[in-house]
Amino acid sequence: MHSHQSFINIKNGKPIDLNKIPLLEEKAFMEAIKQSIGEGKRVSSYFACSSKEQGFLKLYAVLLDDENQQFMVTQTKINSDKFTSLATVCPQLQLFEREIAEQYGCIPVGHPWLKPVRYHHSWTDQDAWNRKEEEAILPGVGDYFKIEGDQVHEVAVGPVHAGVIEPGHFRFQCQGEEVLHLEIALGYQHRGIEKALIGRPDKKTRHYMDVLAGDTTIGHCLTYCQNIEGLMSTEISERSKVLRGIALELERMANHVGDLGSLANDIGYLPTASFCGRIRGEWLNLTALITGNRFGRNFLIPGGTSYDLTKDQIVVMLNKIKLLEKETEDAISLLWDNQSVLARFEEAGILSRKQGEELGLVGVAARATGLGRDIRTTMPSGVYKKMPISIRTAESGDVYARAYVRGLEIKTSVEFIKKALGELLKNAPNKASQIVSSDSIKANSFIVTVNEGWRGEICHVAITDNEGKFERYKIVDPSFHNWMGVAVALRNEEISDFPICNKSFNLSYCGHDL
Amino acid sequence: MIDLIIHMSIYILMPPLLFGIINKTKAYLAGRKGAPLLQPYYDLIRLFKKKMVISGTTTWVFYAGPIVTFISVMVAGLLMPLGQSQAVISFTGDFILFAYLFGLARFFTTIAAMDTGSAFEGMGAAREMTFSAITEPGLFFAFLVFVKLSGSMSLTVMLQRNLYGIINQNGFAPIVMVIIGLAIILLAENSRMPVDDPNTHLELTMIHEVMVLDHSGPLLGLIQYAANVKFFILSSFLCTIILPTFTSDGGLSWVGFLIGIILIAVGVGIVESIMARLRMSRVTVLLFSAFLLCGSALIIFVR
Repeated sequence: MHSHQSFINIKNGKPIDLNKIPLLEEKAFMEAIKQSIGEGKRVSSYFACSSKEQGFLKLYAVLLDDENQQFMVTQTKINSDKFTSLATVCPQLQLFEREIAEQYGCIPVGHPWLKPVRYHHSWTDQDAWNRKEEEAILPGVGDYFKIEGDQVHEVAVGPVHAGVIEPGHFRFQCQGEEVLHLEIALGYQHRGIEKALIGRPDKKTRHYMDVLAGDTTIGHCLTYCQNIEGLMSTEISERSKVLRGIALELERMANHVGDLGSLANDIGYLPTASFCGRIRGEWLNLTALITGNRFGRNFLIPGGTSYDLTKDQIVVMLNKIKLLEKETEDAISLLWDNQSVLARFEEAGILSRKQGEELGLVGVAARATGLGRDIRTTMPSGVYKKMPISIRTAESGDVYARAYVRGLEIKTSVEFIKKALGELLKNAPNKASQIVSSDSIKANSFIVTVNEGWRGEICHVAITDNEGKFERYKIVDPSFHNWMGVAVALRNEEISDFPICNKSFNLSYCGHDL
Repeated sequence: MIDLIIHMSIYILMPPLLFGIINKTKAYLAGRKGAPLLQPYYDLIRLFKKKMVISGTTTWVFYAGPIVTFISVMVAGLLMPLGQSQAVISFTGDFILFAYLFGLARFFTTIAAMDTGSAFEGMGAAREMTFSAITEPGLFFAFLVFVKLSGSMSLTVMLQRNLYGIINQNGFAPIVMVIIGLAIILLAENSRMPVDDPNTHLELTMIHEVMVLDHSGPLLGLIQYAANVKFFILSSFLCTIILPTFTSDGGLSWVGFLIGIILIAVGVGIVESIMARLRMSRVTVLLFSAFLLCGSALIIFVR
């Protein structure tokens, strides 16, 4: 089989030697990716890495094979000034290619809309847009797709918004109330994290992970920790795995509840908006009960967790959850029972299953189109191996579906948390204890770890050099896959429905901008 | 004379209170404590103390907008009877002037919005004009119903004639139709839910609020006060029709009027609490139903 030679199959969080990854010619590499995506595989990560040879770059593709529950990894060597673009045949690659162009100044030849992603200077001495090194680069400034016509008007929203949200620029081409095209420009939150990670890890690294995307602290930290543990061949205690699972699900609860509240707020439906606003805080407080921080900062460390739960704490948590579970359920069911709410949610911002596949959607947005993409089930790690979670999907792909999937996942997560706490209770220590182990990081290795954060698939790839330092640490936040989904969902939609469409995805700006 | 003083005091002082009542009702139903009842007054005082930030792209039209709107609305209010108290100014055909004073106010609000050159404000102006093109004929049909019933062309006589005395059994249904139609027009004209969300921060979804985004300080204060007054006027319109003359005592009838108008504000607060806002393309459907309700009622009475 062609694909057998082109790719090496690896498991979630299991390192391999760098030289085991097949090194293809550029043409064969592109063909192999095209063919695999055609067969239903999807792109988890696609990135360049500097090569030891002058004038060349390494290009890595990490595809995810949902069916066989494994990654397919391949690499190629490309000239440092250009490579072949696949964006027109595989739309899910378009943003990755733009990212490579921006980071390494290496042009994807044939890319239909080659614009910067985060508006920063290239990491090398060449620039894809020939901008000078001393020239300041302003985010969002540049060409936008334009439609001409008597009745066509342009609406520019952001980067400063009326609500308390992150900065992003949205450029609409409209005819009357109808949106013909939406282009999204991000990068305002770029902090240069990926570049800063080269040559690490060190004590600081984990703190970068804490704030990659402030609402996904646990998700990103967990993925990072599993990468480090994989590279150190560390097996963590069962108890730590359960604790991590609880933290990840609590993060999901708080965000899903918050999202449903915000959706209600955006359509002016006050009861759910007010209730969920408060209840979200209560779920955050449960995370604070474990870690002392509502977002779980500093909770996860390579080798385990910073804190354990005592018997008393577990009992307190279980009691609170009992109360909260009902309140959450009541507040959310108000949405599904109200005709006027459903009238707003249904048939707004539809993405079909096919569009979802082509765009490479992940997480809630993908499941709302009927795609069974949930890493907790398809490639489980840690506690999810022992306590499986069923994938919740909807079919209609509209705002309603994205909201409804959240509602279903809230139920699943509550059950999971209660069960997991019960597990902990069986052998709860009276005193909190730390579980850490240490070893040295494997040199010349490649590892990829994915987790299902509340937004969707979080993918971290680490490549280590001779000394076990990161030659490259590639982060893909679920938002990176999904932003294009927002833009496509808005086509031929009413512009006044943009807020609820956007909120139904609720993507991260800083997770995208890194 | 005393009646006129009471009339004018209520007319000038009460309007912001109604918004306080709406907000309190909404807060109560959402399980919140909510802002103080008098918050709209505090807001007005705060705005009038502030300096203004004026965009460099605007002209005199930007100033004229709020000022003309304020004056037109205030004059329109003088034509409207409050409960059993007759209007300050009253003449044959004053309802036509009433309707077009609102039209004038709307015209100046929208051109002041267009004057800023902002894409948002242009969008708001387009929406406002589209929707008012449907509500205005609805309002006229409602007026004509009362012209027909009372035989008078002056608002005070038209509205204060005790409907329950005039109409017979067959007239009951069309009157209910007019009242429902007017209630919808009340919500639409005052940019309340489900037509517009006065509390949203999302510019893309706004109708009225988005047109005044660039106004600040005293000009914004004028706009908000005018909006309060407009709501008060249309509520008293509705209140005067619904509330029959139950007493000839001037003091008691004022109490009745105040209770009626407060109940309308509470009703608006309840509507806003229990339903989501309509999709923009569906708003026209609601407004057309108001138009058809008032129109059909007129046909039934004329027949």
